[in-house]
Amino acid sequence: MQAYINSIGIISPQLTFDGSFLSAPIVHVESQFLMCEEPVYKEFINPVQLRRMSRILKMGLGASSICMDARSDVRPDAIVVGTGLACVSDLEKFLLSIDDNQEKMLSPIPFINSSHNTVGAQIAMMRKLTGYNMTYCHRSFSFESALLDALMLIAEGGVSNTLVGGIDEHTEGFFKIFNLLDFWRKKSVDNLSLFEGSHLGTICGEGAAFFFLEKNRQDGTLAKITDVQTFLKECDASDVKGEMDAFLGRNGLTEVDVDMFVLGRNGDSFGDGIYLDLERLLPESCGIAYYKHLCGEYMTSTSFALWLAAQMLHTQKMPDVIIKNPVSGRQLRRILIYNHHRRKEHSLILVENADL
Amino acid sequence: MSKEEELIEELKTQIIDALSLEDITPADIDADAPLFVEGLGLDSIDAIELMLLLERNYGIRIEDPKKRREVLTSVRTMAKLIESKGQVKE
Amino acid sequence: MARRVFITGFGIISAIGNGVEETLASLTERKSGIGQVSFLKTSLSCFPVAEIRTDSDGLARLAGIPLSPVHSRTFLLGLIAAREAVRMSGCEGLCSSMGMIGSTTVAGIDQSDRYYRNLLCGEATHKDKIPSFECADSTELIADFFGITHHVTTISTACSSSANAIMNGARMIKCGVADRMLVGGSDSLSRFSMNGFNALEILSPTGCRPFDNDRNGITPGEGAAFLVLEAEEMVGSRTVYGEVSGYSNCNEAFHQTASLPDGTGAFLSISKALQSASIEASEIDYVNAHGTGTKVNDLSEGRALKTVFGKEMPLFSSTKGYTGHPFAAAGAMEAVFSLLSINHGLVFPNLAFETKMEEVDVVPVTQLCRRPIRRVLSNSFGFGGTDTTLIFSKV
Repeated sequence: MQAYINSIGIISPQLTFDGSFLSAPIVHVESQFLMCEEPVYKEFINPVQLRRMSRILKMGLGASSICMDARSDVRPDAIVVGTGLACVSDLEKFLLSIDDNQEKMLSPIPFINSSHNTVGAQIAMMRKLTGYNMTYCHRSFSFESALLDALMLIAEGGVSNTLVGGIDEHTEGFFKIFNLLDFWRKKSVDNLSLFEGSHLGTICGEGAAFFFLEKNRQDGTLAKITDVQTFLKECDASDVKGEMDAFLGRNGLTEVDVDMFVLGRNGDSFGDGIYLDLERLLPESCGIAYYKHLCGEYMTSTSFALWLAAQMLHTQKMPDVIIKNPVSGRQLRRILIYNHHRRKEHSLILVENADL
Repeated sequence: MSKEEELIEELKTQIIDALSLEDITPADIDADAPLFVEGLGLDSIDAIELMLLLERNYGIRIEDPKKRREVLTSVRTMAKLIESKGQVKE
Repeated sequence: MARRVFITGFGIISAIGNGVEETLASLTERKSGIGQVSFLKTSLSCFPVAEIRTDSDGLARLAGIPLSPVHSRTFLLGLIAAREAVRMSGCEGLCSSMGMIGSTTVAGIDQSDRYYRNLLCGEATHKDKIPSFECADSTELIADFFGITHHVTTISTACSSSANAIMNGARMIKCGVADRMLVGGSDSLSRFSMNGFNALEILSPTGCRPFDNDRNGITPGEGAAFLVLEAEEMVGSRTVYGEVSGYSNCNEAFHQTASLPDGTGAFLSISKALQSASIEASEIDYVNAHGTGTKVNDLSEGRALKTVFGKEMPLFSSTKGYTGHPFAAAGAMEAVFSLLSINHGLVFPNLAFETKMEEVDVVPVTQLCRRPIRRVLSNSFGFGGTDTTLIFSKV
């Protein structure tokens, strides 16, 4: 199974919606969370539709529009969305309105929009896309599950392309609630210093990234996705290494074939140990990059990592701001993204240069 | 301004607010234009929101779907109903 | 040649019973699960519901685990159904080679309804309930229970959720990604969905009457159902109860809550499923319809059935008069009914039907029928215009 990434639309805490690749000044804040740099949505979304939309819907429709418009001569045959918490702001709004109004005279709009598949549904409605439409909501597996589905769709041969996205929004309620579980830093942190010192909690983030995956290569192809894998178990770095080797093995590869590992380290002492131990188990010559200081931690943050990997493979540029170990003296051909959530949900995404 | 005209202006503001019609001003709404399909291009969910508006702000609830459609024809028909029920705020 | 996907086990809990045996008895004896609300605390008690009349304590006992305050009703229902499915399949010792796709619309809503506001105000007392608010929670707890580690995920596409879990479990096996999958869904009755559907003015004040001319809305239900799917060559000498022989998913791209009135969305879904099974419409022996009892759904689904089958309409019924609408769990529950239909040669009646719809000439089965059933087509449609059709066949 494989698919070419032929365009990407991404709205993130960095200036990415205009297609630039970390060329604008890096967003640098002192905060407990990072929020998206958003475009003017009226340019993408009909105002009549826009009026009932919460921010996640606007972000989703905005990012998917950017992605689809870059491949304007082709229509998506299928839409697959991964979202950890989906339309959590609408859900919260409706949930609280029940008691606030003693179960009477409630507006149905937040209820309707709280359905987890609303982003995928609205994209379909906006573009009149009647094909396959799926939504995965499984914490940090959400985007990976969507990717796997897209790869299967293309392998099955029923479609020649699939629009696949990862999306989650930061909301005040979500931040407060997960703060009780020590997910976030207790004090503001400079996002670019996220990996300094040892602290509990990370910086909260958000983002919407959509990928136009196609069976065939095009002139503008950025990279190709070869495989994706998730596993659910509390384990240490050596178990992760074992899974990683098996994953590479089934693709006919070993660790030395990977030029760069993009790791989901988030500066939280709760889970950073796995990444740091893993780095020690990897070949010394391989490149290592981090990304969560640029987008923050959210359930579908690997969609940001995939954008980064595709851009690096395409441009052969490796921005200093993400590099822990540089890749020197060789071409960047293969990137492996590894992320874990709360030491339990682990995922691997293999991305390759389109020429391979 | 007649009572009906006052009510129409009041309703326009409430409709814009209830339906989050961000870019529309009261002046953009024609009191006699059909609210649904043409005109503002509203749908069945908006109809529910408009019924809620009448219930919350004027204490009017209509169950009969046919009667509902009549009342929600235009801003003027809504105003006429409120006036007929004597629910105009003094 | 793509691999065939066999069903080797299934489990269910709903308002009409705990387990396959009780469920079959209720279905054949016309015992509806619809009635007055008794456990859920809501001021909308005037609307009938299809409730499972057991509290969390009782559900934990049925699931065979110690009650824990972090367990949501959605998880407990899911575990009960999943345990039955795995037991029936004889796969207890094979779970490490199994993947899982769960599904839910509202996750642990009993917990979020009760604790969300306090947690939002910073009260940490109940912070152990937070993970249950996420859709992944019940899937992961079930996966952990069986020791399932790979290919674990959750689908949430409103009322088509568990139908999609079945479809995609089957696709993973066909693609060679997995050999064995536990698939299904779970949802619990909640004030959240009661109030949501009430705000949309589609709760039935009398109990749902699918496909009846005087139908007046849905009756919310709850429950869970799971299936064990296996690649043909993995089954060995264990019993096969049916095959997932066709499926399709499409989007109506029309409206967030309303289906296309002319039924073209449902028509597309049904036609694509028939195509994927490589069979003609005439080869379907029974249709388990989505049939929620709303004006809009039943009319458009009725029209779609008429367009697909024409004069050769197979026996069809909606079983929501038994179970109410269990939202995410609907597709998987109705898959269990479809398998019971195939294995026992039964077609279950569409309860509460009296008068044919004015607009379209379709009449569901109203009495229990006994006859050989080889192929069942099952529809699940949901918010966001999502339409899924599954086809189950006798092996």
